[in-house]
Amino acid sequence: MSADGHMEIPFTVDSRPDTGLYNGKLGVWLFLASEVMLFGALFSSLILIRTGAAKWPEGWKELHVLPATINTFVLIASSVFVVMAWANLRLRKPQVARMWILATLLCGFAFMGIKAYEYSLSFHHHHFPSTNNFFAIYFTMTGLHGLHVLGGMIVFGYFLTKGWSMYDHEPRRFTNRIEIVGLYWHFVDLVWIFLFPTLYLL
Amino acid sequence: MAQKRQVRVGSQWMYAKDAEKALGEALRVMKEEEAGHGHHESFITKYVFSQDHKWIGVQYGFTALCFLLFGFFLMIMMRLQLGWPSEHFKIIGWFFKSDGGMLPEQYNQLGAMHGTIMVFLAIVPLAVGAFGNYVVPLQIGAPDMAFPKLNMASYWCYLPGGIIMLMSMFLLQTKGGAAQSGWTSYPPLSVIASQGQTWWLVGMIFLITSSLLGSVNFIVTIIQLRAKGMTWDRLPFFVWAQFVTSFLLLLAFPPLEAAGVLQLMDRVAGTSFFLPSGLVVSGEVLKNAGGGNPLLWQHLFWFLAHPEVYVLILPAMGIVAEVIANNTRKSLWGYRSMVGASVFLGFMSFVVWAHHMFMTGMGTVISAFFQTTTMIISIPSVIILSALFLTLWGASIRFNTPMLFALAFLPMFGIGGLTGLPLGLATTDIHLHDTYYVIGHFHYVVAPGTIFAMFAGIYYWFPKITGRKLNDTLGKIHFWGSLVCINGIFMPMFYQGLAGVSRRLFDGGIQYAHAKAAASATNPFMSQAAIGLFIFQLPFIYNFFKSIKWGERVGANPWQATTLEWAAAASPPIGHGNFAVPPVVHRGPYEYSLPGMTEDYLPQNADDTGAIPAPVVPSHAPVVA
Amino acid sequence: MTDHVAESHHDAHDSHDSPENIKKEMTRYIGVFLALAALTGLTVWVRFSLDLPEHQAIIVALIIATVKGSLVAAFFMHLLSEKKLIYSVLILTVVFFAVLMWLPVHDVLDKFGYK
Repeated sequence: MSADGHMEIPFTVDSRPDTGLYNGKLGVWLFLASEVMLFGALFSSLILIRTGAAKWPEGWKELHVLPATINTFVLIASSVFVVMAWANLRLRKPQVARMWILATLLCGFAFMGIKAYEYSLSFHHHHFPSTNNFFAIYFTMTGLHGLHVLGGMIVFGYFLTKGWSMYDHEPRRFTNRIEIVGLYWHFVDLVWIFLFPTLYLL
Repeated sequence: MAQKRQVRVGSQWMYAKDAEKALGEALRVMKEEEAGHGHHESFITKYVFSQDHKWIGVQYGFTALCFLLFGFFLMIMMRLQLGWPSEHFKIIGWFFKSDGGMLPEQYNQLGAMHGTIMVFLAIVPLAVGAFGNYVVPLQIGAPDMAFPKLNMASYWCYLPGGIIMLMSMFLLQTKGGAAQSGWTSYPPLSVIASQGQTWWLVGMIFLITSSLLGSVNFIVTIIQLRAKGMTWDRLPFFVWAQFVTSFLLLLAFPPLEAAGVLQLMDRVAGTSFFLPSGLVVSGEVLKNAGGGNPLLWQHLFWFLAHPEVYVLILPAMGIVAEVIANNTRKSLWGYRSMVGASVFLGFMSFVVWAHHMFMTGMGTVISAFFQTTTMIISIPSVIILSALFLTLWGASIRFNTPMLFALAFLPMFGIGGLTGLPLGLATTDIHLHDTYYVIGHFHYVVAPGTIFAMFAGIYYWFPKITGRKLNDTLGKIHFWGSLVCINGIFMPMFYQGLAGVSRRLFDGGIQYAHAKAAASATNPFMSQAAIGLFIFQLPFIYNFFKSIKWGERVGANPWQATTLEWAAAASPPIGHGNFAVPPVVHRGPYEYSLPGMTEDYLPQNADDTGAIPAPVVPSHAPVVA
Repeated sequence: MTDHVAESHHDAHDSHDSPENIKKEMTRYIGVFLALAALTGLTVWVRFSLDLPEHQAIIVALIIATVKGSLVAAFFMHLLSEKKLIYSVLILTVVFFAVLMWLPVHDVLDKFGYK
């Protein structure tokens, strides 16, 4: 039993020999598999509606490509930042890692801010989800993606503050957690990598 | 290499290293108790927001059984209406705040909510959340699930989702009522329906989230936390069934979550994902943008809902397999085939969904594709059922209550499965789609199929959970009465369907000339059988509550079973892990009636001496004598 | 207390986690970032500078996105060095994803004719 009285679950920190994985790593990949199906269903809906539509608007004319492109760079940068954070934790340089995590979080804020600006531009042009199916799918997919960004930001915020204390007595377990949230964050980046051209450029 | 020696600790033999661990544990507990601060959990953390898989399993089980009863009650009201459409019943009047006569839209609420509650709030939470949670970690020799906090979160997503669904029936009767567009929620009807449908969608999002969290937990637990020696070919079939089920939940539910979001957007944000252009409602053209496709919903819904039916049946087959192996005192016939069939079934379940859409105008190529995959998917079910039947051959069968339910499952599921075949063939489906034949088919698989397997599981594992047995006589009354009545309800449905009685008709079909004779000849009888079925659940409900407190006390392994959950103490305590020392598995899951042995069973953790190990009680009670 | 003991036991993946290797990885991450940035620029350039017909535009954009996605998955998510079990889960997912992409749209095309 560990210090807080709860029984130890094996392979929380160390990998199980035959699978080579620790529990959280397997868990997050399974979760990401389900997210592939979630966003996949939305992409499938997009394809189905677009294929059956008489005409489909030109995304680059209806939407604001420049802020979205900047956002693409922001997310890619944030992906690098989080993986740098994880690398520094493995190098036992927690303070450097903490800066990288903060940078990731700031990128998240930037992304959401730019996105809010983008949405406000659309609303200003009287483009709402109810306007037509193009905007319906645009707002729904970017909105759901944005919620995922927000979720990641909340977790980063937690690890930067209250959750950081785990590093002091369980550094490897903490490092694993950053790896796990990093994987989630990369997935969020990956979705945007497909979402951006599909909605804005095609 | 020298053989490792064992030391005797109390009534157990164990390797010296393990004894040292147990001793360290005991010394720690004694020190803690001496120091005065034991491991104090508050009532809230121990029983409300529990992270112990056993208690979470109990929470799921109790909640699911309550929803099962409520879903049953909804069915009773439907059957009162169907049996005697011109009668006014007080209970219907009370429920709908009316004079007791049922309006079509009220009947539709009952239909939609009965289906939703039974599938999503009762059966899956019972089969997976309750039985899966309680039994799987024990059967693999694990201290708990891989992610106890996630497990707790999963239950606490399920309960609010369920409450939202339930409340929609009670709070909205003056505001258009609860969801009433079928459990299938087809647009455009569901998009233009009253606010109850929005509650349904929100409730579903909670439930889907609960399932997703749970499925991740199950898969990681089964892969990572198997005890030493518990190789994949020694896993009890129940665990394999839960493993495949979890993959179905993981990968099939998200498209429905996406679809739910889209329908919510259609209802709340004015989008037209599922609304075609120029839709006319009550004589007026809808002002929405249009351009949507109602079939998009059907594809996304059935992408989940087909694997969902295998989620309903696989854990049931798992339970039946455990009970049959135990009560035939034989190994399962064709264990490997059963496992392979389950995996194949799980995979195939993702590519058959549009057999629910044969009547939507799909082209011949795509219809032929789905018809073919549907025929293929019947094969693994037949393999599993045959293996279970073959296990009975030459067995010395113990006809206790769990076994009776498990045995009945076999022909009942057989009927359900066979009647699925003409539905899976596109041509015959033309006549049978949306008739009572379909209702008969799926109820046979779920009601005398899955629910009977659930009862088998309850009677079988009740002693493990509570340390007491359910009364067997009451159990037999429960069984025989239920078996007779349930067939009385559902068998005539095949006749009704073939005669052309459509489903989802509030008067049971009597308004249609072609259906009137068949409907009126059978509906009253079926409704009487439904009331009979209700009466025969009373001995079970009484037995259940009475036995918790006053049932016959039993030890850790009253059924002389081989799987690891029986190596844990009777009613293992909450919050302290399951096994003081992790069990080591030396053999397969069903080593019954081996030649040359004194006992007719050998538990999985029995070593090569053949001695039956005593229960490995957790550190709550120190092992050292 | 026990956690410190438990944690220090295992520097088993030493070679993988050596400071030199980690620093090499970090250089690689920067490289991948630059590649991703360039590809982003490329995909925008293709839209505004080449006026490709719809079908070709879709194919090119998806190819670029797939390359970018693969870089993220292979290096940032270190899928290249991941365990077999993860691969199996992902391959299974990709199969079902493909089914979900293709079959419903096939239904629409079947009805309205292939364009």
